[in-house]
Amino acid sequence: MPRILLVDDEPNIVLALEFLMKKEGYETFTADDGEKALEAIREHQPDLVILDLMMPKLDGYEVCQRVRSDPACKNTVIVMLTAKGREVEREKGLAMGADLYITKPFSTREVVEKVRGLLSETSAP
Amino acid sequence: MPESKRRNERLVALFVAALLALNFPLLSLASVMKQVWGIPVLYFYLFFVWAFIILASGLTLKRTRDPSGPAPEPPAGT
Amino acid sequence: MLPHWLILSVSFGYLGLLFAVAYYGDKRADAGRSIISNPYIYTFSIAVYCTGWTFYGSVGRAAATGAGFLPIYLGPTLAALLWWLVLRKIIHLSKVFNITSIADFIASRFGKSMKIGGLVTIIAVVGIMPYISLQLKAISLSFNTLFHFHGIPQDSGFFVGEDTALYVALILAVFSILFGTRHIDVTERHEGMVAAIAFESLVKFLAFTAVGLFVTFSIYKGPANLYAEAMQVPELARLMQMDALPGGYATWFSLTFISMTAIMFLPRQFQVLVVENVNEDHVRTATWLFPLYLFAINLFVIPIAFAGVMQFAGANVDPDTLVLALPLMHGHNLLALFVFLGGLSAATGMVIVESIALSTMLSNDLLVPIMLRLKLLRTEAMGGVLLMLRRGCILGVLLLGYLYFRLIGESYALVTIGLVSFAAAAQFAPPILLGLYWKGASRTGALAGLAAGFVVWAYTLLLPSFAKSGWLPISLVDPGPFGISALGPYHLLNLTMFDPITHSVFWSMLFNVGFLVVVSLYDRPAGLDQLQAAVFVQGSRASDTGDTRLWHGTTRVADLMGLVARLIGVDRAERAFQAYAQQHRVQLNSDNVADATLLEFTERELAKTVGAASARVMMSSIIEGEALSIEGLMRIMDETSQVIEYSRQLEQKSRELEAATQELQRTNERLKELDVLKDDFVNTISHELRTPLTSIRALSEIVHDEVNMDPDERQRFLGIMVKETERLTRLVNQVLDFSKIESGAVRGIQEELDLADVTQEALAATSQLARDRDVTISSQLPSEPVRLIGDRDRLVQVIVNLLSNAIKYCDDQVGKVHLRLISDPDEVRMEVRDNGPGIRPEERERIFEKFHQLSDTVKGKPHGTGLGLAICKAIIQNHGGRIWVEDNFGGGSIFTFTLPRQAL
Repeated sequence: MPRILLVDDEPNIVLALEFLMKKEGYETFTADDGEKALEAIREHQPDLVILDLMMPKLDGYEVCQRVRSDPACKNTVIVMLTAKGREVEREKGLAMGADLYITKPFSTREVVEKVRGLLSETSAP
Repeated sequence: MPESKRRNERLVALFVAALLALNFPLLSLASVMKQVWGIPVLYFYLFFVWAFIILASGLTLKRTRDPSGPAPEPPAGT
Repeated sequence: MLPHWLILSVSFGYLGLLFAVAYYGDKRADAGRSIISNPYIYTFSIAVYCTGWTFYGSVGRAAATGAGFLPIYLGPTLAALLWWLVLRKIIHLSKVFNITSIADFIASRFGKSMKIGGLVTIIAVVGIMPYISLQLKAISLSFNTLFHFHGIPQDSGFFVGEDTALYVALILAVFSILFGTRHIDVTERHEGMVAAIAFESLVKFLAFTAVGLFVTFSIYKGPANLYAEAMQVPELARLMQMDALPGGYATWFSLTFISMTAIMFLPRQFQVLVVENVNEDHVRTATWLFPLYLFAINLFVIPIAFAGVMQFAGANVDPDTLVLALPLMHGHNLLALFVFLGGLSAATGMVIVESIALSTMLSNDLLVPIMLRLKLLRTEAMGGVLLMLRRGCILGVLLLGYLYFRLIGESYALVTIGLVSFAAAAQFAPPILLGLYWKGASRTGALAGLAAGFVVWAYTLLLPSFAKSGWLPISLVDPGPFGISALGPYHLLNLTMFDPITHSVFWSMLFNVGFLVVVSLYDRPAGLDQLQAAVFVQGSRASDTGDTRLWHGTTRVADLMGLVARLIGVDRAERAFQAYAQQHRVQLNSDNVADATLLEFTERELAKTVGAASARVMMSSIIEGEALSIEGLMRIMDETSQVIEYSRQLEQKSRELEAATQELQRTNERLKELDVLKDDFVNTISHELRTPLTSIRALSEIVHDEVNMDPDERQRFLGIMVKETERLTRLVNQVLDFSKIESGAVRGIQEELDLADVTQEALAATSQLARDRDVTISSQLPSEPVRLIGDRDRLVQVIVNLLSNAIKYCDDQVGKVHLRLISDPDEVRMEVRDNGPGIRPEERERIFEKFHQLSDTVKGKPHGTGLGLAICKAIIQNHGGRIWVEDNFGGGSIFTFTLPRQAL
């Protein structure tokens, strides 16, 4: 069963995402800031992380970079979730090593489908 | 010949005449011990010539309609 | 006898009156209604020629030599005949070149030479020094006569002996400074001074005529009677012929000659005749009216002199004091006092104008050029320095006069001292007159002539005056240096037929003219020297000569275009010439020789900017000028006042343009900044809006899609959605609110309110929130109302905001908020303390910025919009107050704001 880590400082968004992912049958963990996200990643070794960019203490970019520099987590899929809609931010996110960049507010179905697609890609080989 | 140039020449002529009248030898002719109306001739002559110069120069420079002269001045005594 | 206090107070009262006249003249000039723009005032100001020397000395000289005083006034009469030709030309050139003094004028004629300007200044100062001392002597003489006439005790109690002259000098210095250096601008006319001088001329004329009438018709029964009695006195009868004049006709002629030059070239005469002239046409009236003034003021000189000699027969009375002594002797004290005022007028007028003229020369033509060259003076700082310099010069000149008086004064009669100065001023005649009518007179020639003439003058007149006063061995004068009589200052080469003045005039003029002519003939003047020569010689207006002939000569079209372009700019010049070419249907080729029509056209173009005369001069120089290069002409044009004015305007315009450009750049920068700010703002807003929107959308989609949801969970989700919608609404409202407040567009309602009352309202509004969070709020308000003017609702909003923040960030366990309102006489102070975690120092400024949220100090994220404190800050600032946050000792923070009592 794929494990998913949900990181956002907005509890309501986390709540919605958790509901969706659980319904898909994924095992979920949550964190509400960057530092806790890193801890959770080390502890639970999730297959996929949905990461908000604007967070207290450690922002999403930083978390993404750390994850990418850690060989143990090199297969972790990272989906960035952000209210910053500008093209520059998007490119920056992808350059940092994110696999997907989703702008808030998002369509729940789309998120679910994309997450499903990403997980099947990585688990296929 | 323009009137303004003629006037300048008259002034020069008056100057020369006055210079001659007020110096040797013409002046020496007045240096005598006589009186005119009780006034010594020398003094009478000097002041008479002086008055004449003033009168003549005033008349020579009296404003005339002179098209080549300077621009009309504002009324005097303002 | 006249009491001393009366004499002194009348003297000072009169000086005060003069100053009032001058003040009025200046005021009228400032108001643009000049009182001196009038040929009669102009003429009376020229009468500053008649000094204390005329007033007292003429009588003295008449008593000794009969008609011998007259050449001093006949000379100016003769000179006036030539004013219409010569003086107008000088005035015209002076206006073209903005001349400020005679030194300036001579220097300008000879290629604007600094050396010549300096030399002329030195000659003027040294040469005029005796003349000033003469006025001091005249004034102190008249004082002492009034004080001591007929055995009055020597100790006057007011003045100590001969130091009268020193006091007079100092008072006159103060006066001249007040008259002449009130303004910094040197080229400005001294209208007030001219008015005062003209007034003084009237006073001295009336005073002298009054005493003349008194003597002739009251003491004696008419002139015939007087002369008849005089005939009986052998020494007086002798004075009725020319033999009485030492030196005879030669002296007569030389005195006439130096007076002719003096009337125009004494620095003060040049000042009133040329520099202060308002309208060239005033010369027309002055030419006959000024000689008439001289005529009238001299009419009674001989009668007074003769009467004095007869009345004081045998008594030892200084003939220079006869004008005063006669009315005093006959007990007419008030007449004497009036005469005294006339003499005071004559002397003070001269000293004031002379010292102003000399100080202008000293500063402009000698000290400033030297200081600039030695880099002692920076051009930017010149205004103030110049003013102080000129004041210093006035004082210096007068003290120099006093010094000469103390050294020499007692040993000469008034007239003799004055003639020494006349002879010095005569040195200026050759360079000016030859310079005006002979193009060939060159700079080197003028320098050599002036220097030679000055040296001869100093040797033959100045040196003997020191020797005769005992400051140098008298053997220097008689027989002569080293006992050689051929070197004697009074009889060079044993020329003994002349009196000392004539002797000096003869030799100094011989050397002056001789050097000027000979050196000029062998000199090759170049550049500016030659150009200025051309301008000065042809300087009178083209229209005066009635010469309307077409131009003949050869000049290239390109040169003409260059000339015009230099004046009005290349673009305009090209357009003008193109228009000309079209109008005349000709092709203008730069290398072609210009035809007559084009030359006339060019002249007219030039005249538009520089005036007809200058245009004519430029044209004549460029076309006829023998070896005149176009470059040289360009230089001259650059220095004419019109071009300077024109370029000043251009400079002004380009400065304005530059300033406008800078302003534009600044505005642009500001706009860019604003754009960035706006971008940030929009970006942040969109972020803040997206967050609640995300929750709402995600949850509503879930509720929508999951038909079989657990009802409790569905209810919970819907509840969140409602809260998030509220949050969104709040946010939108606050953003609108904030932008309104920050732009200052809405200043809110201004009403008188009681801040204590406002606080109560805010406390009530937040009590529910406090209860929910279990926070205790305590408050401390003054008992009296705290009155100020402001917007009630906005202030409630601020306090509510601060209170709810405090409640939110309070300690989780024991929440405590304390509010305190302090009322000072000039300001009101509100403090809100909490016992929360506090705010880190580096955050304290930034929390008042919009969308700055305290994030890392608390767990989770508070549901604020990040605009609350920014709005508070904007409101408080709109009320003219201040808001800030401090550390609360014992934990937590204190938010404080102050409002001025008269809040806007």
